Amino acid sequence: MHLIVVGLSHKTAPVEIRERLAVPESRLGEALTRLRSYSGVKEGILLSTCNRVEVYSVVDDVETGYGRIQEFLADTHLSLSSEQLTPHLYWHTGDRAIGHLFRVAASLDSMIIGESQILGQLKGAFEVALAHKTTGVIMNKVVKKAISVAKRVRTETKIAEMAVSVSYAAVELAKKIFSDLHEKTVLLVGAGEMAKLAARHLIAHGVRHVRITTRTPQHAVDLAAKFGGTAVPFDQFKDDMASADIVLVSTGAAHYLVGAEDVRRAVEERMNRPMFLIDISVPRNIDPAVRHVDNAFLFDIDDLTQRVEQNRAGRVQEAEKAERMVLEEVTIMLDWMKSLEVTPTIVALRSHVDDLKRAEVDKVLTRLPHLSLQDRELVEGLASSIVNKLIHRTMVTLKAEVNSSNGPAFVEAARRFFSLDQPAASVQQIEPSRESPRYHPESAAESGAEDPVSETSVRKRAR
Amino acid sequence: MAAVCFMVTMVLYFVATMSFLAYLLRRSEALSNVSLAITAVGFISHTVALVIRMVEVSSTVPPSFSDALSFFSWMIILVFVLVEFRHRIHVLGSFMVPLALVSLVSSAALPETVPTLQPVFKTLWFHVTLSMLGTVGFTVAFVAGVMYLIQDRLLKSKQFNVLYSKLPALDFLDHLNQQSIVLGFPLLTLGIVTGAISAEFARGSYVSWNPEQIWALVTWVFYFVVLLGRLTVGWRAKRAAYLTVIGFACVILTLVGVVLKET
Repeated sequence: MHLIVVGLSHKTAPVEIRERLAVPESRLGEALTRLRSYSGVKEGILLSTCNRVEVYSVVDDVETGYGRIQEFLADTHLSLSSEQLTPHLYWHTGDRAIGHLFRVAASLDSMIIGESQILGQLKGAFEVALAHKTTGVIMNKVVKKAISVAKRVRTETKIAEMAVSVSYAAVELAKKIFSDLHEKTVLLVGAGEMAKLAARHLIAHGVRHVRITTRTPQHAVDLAAKFGGTAVPFDQFKDDMASADIVLVSTGAAHYLVGAEDVRRAVEERMNRPMFLIDISVPRNIDPAVRHVDNAFLFDIDDLTQRVEQNRAGRVQEAEKAERMVLEEVTIMLDWMKSLEVTPTIVALRSHVDDLKRAEVDKVLTRLPHLSLQDRELVEGLASSIVNKLIHRTMVTLKAEVNSSNGPAFVEAARRFFSLDQPAASVQQIEPSRESPRYHPESAAESGAEDPVSETSVRKRAR
Repeated sequence: MAAVCFMVTMVLYFVATMSFLAYLLRRSEALSNVSLAITAVGFISHTVALVIRMVEVSSTVPPSFSDALSFFSWMIILVFVLVEFRHRIHVLGSFMVPLALVSLVSSAALPETVPTLQPVFKTLWFHVTLSMLGTVGFTVAFVAGVMYLIQDRLLKSKQFNVLYSKLPALDFLDHLNQQSIVLGFPLLTLGIVTGAISAEFARGSYVSWNPEQIWALVTWVFYFVVLLGRLTVGWRAKRAAYLTVIGFACVILTLVGVVLKET
């Protein structure tokens, strides 16, 4: 039983590959069912976003598992051959697979580190997998843990606040020019993804007036409706520039759309009120000579990236803190996964009952000193046979189910019933006069029916 | 007693200045509170010193240039504390507290014998206070202008350093610049008018064209033009910052000239 991940992300594959491989939400269920139909694939979950396509799976054998998932991914899009796909893929298993999932969930692997969307996407993918019953004990546990790790990272580090992104940098710069963005107007020229994201960030930080212009008038009208703004005809936007405090340009044009003279005129018309111009286009659409215009502040994509890099450098600590958290949680998770192996469980169960038996027998025998050697052996034999009969069924079932998909569930149940993971379970502490100390009412209450191993019990075990 | 208090104040302002300058260069925000606390203690001791001095000379107006500068320094800190309280712009302290220190040190350097006023004006506390408050307004405008020009330069040259992160937004600085002049200008106007009226009563003429009066009138005209330019032809932002910096420098230089001539 191994947890593996096979996938590609913005770090390994260009957008052309990612978009072809992406599975729309409506077809996610169907894809999962297909994934589950591969032999040796016990559990599976498919995470498909614009920046990554990943399959997390529990398989019998790591190598065959890798092959199956790769096959599955190549089959997802018929125009993509396995050869085309392979160079972009990464494969992880064990702690690295768990670590990868935790890092993804905590947005440490995101294009925009600290962005929160990915967590929602993971939850969505998990829900679809649950609905199609393609997850089991291990996957449920690992994904739930990933979600809680992400939340922990979010609350205990500043990683979410900083959201080291270009659009964040744009907002930050805007705030060094305008102290209050509420009454400010932003003019969007062209509508690239980045520009839209930046505009959304600006709106989230208070900008209320949005004006939009694109070469296709209808597009501008649609976007204006989306942003609650006004569409401006493309050939008039330069005249409109004076009314904008922030101008965000990102078109596909290969030449300068805005010249220094245009900006000088706009600033003059604004009675020298400062203007913030952001040029996200590559090649640039605003003449760099605008830098020499007083009270106009032009930043292009490189300036913003430079700012982002500085943010990143300044906050490395937070990311490191988050990485440490992930490592810590991976260790806890691994301990749990190890506990699901059958052989150690059987050994532990055996020694556990032997200890119990030994303690009880010793206690009785000290009270009955008059027994002959033969009688003593008889008492011991009685105890052994009761104990053996009690655990016999459990042992047999564990051995029989070891390779079934329910295997981990049985192991988990056995460990729980016999409290094999409780550190306090040393025999010496058992006193006959009291209720069995093995019974922990609080831990019994914690374990919900749908979640056989609560997080708290995992944490306890790790201590 | 007053002298001891002044000494204590000077030391405290000096420490606060150093602390505020260190704050400017370090990423941590922790120093701002320390600096503020030292400034506050200095301000209290300064107030005590001024009151004692007032009782000593039994006058409500500063009897000498030395006293006037000390009073001026006190008012700079007062205004800083008020602005800080309202806007929480700690970095303002890194500019205002050193100015107050310079003013206080010059006050100590000047002999107490240089008179500011003819004896007849000694009771005209409102004339003195109003004129000085007006000047404090221009001082704040000057500080806002300097900060504006620095931030403008940092933004233009894309130097996102510690100073950049500590300085407030450009439009806030421009607003502070405007507000300081809008408040300072009428105060100075009132100060000049009350002075002129008292002069008429005392000497029978509104103006006697002594250096102090010429200085006041030149200042008044300069800031009148600056204010008018802002309201009519958009002399704001960078231009306003330049004008207030240059204007203030001229004003101070003229004042220094006047004082040096008197001594």
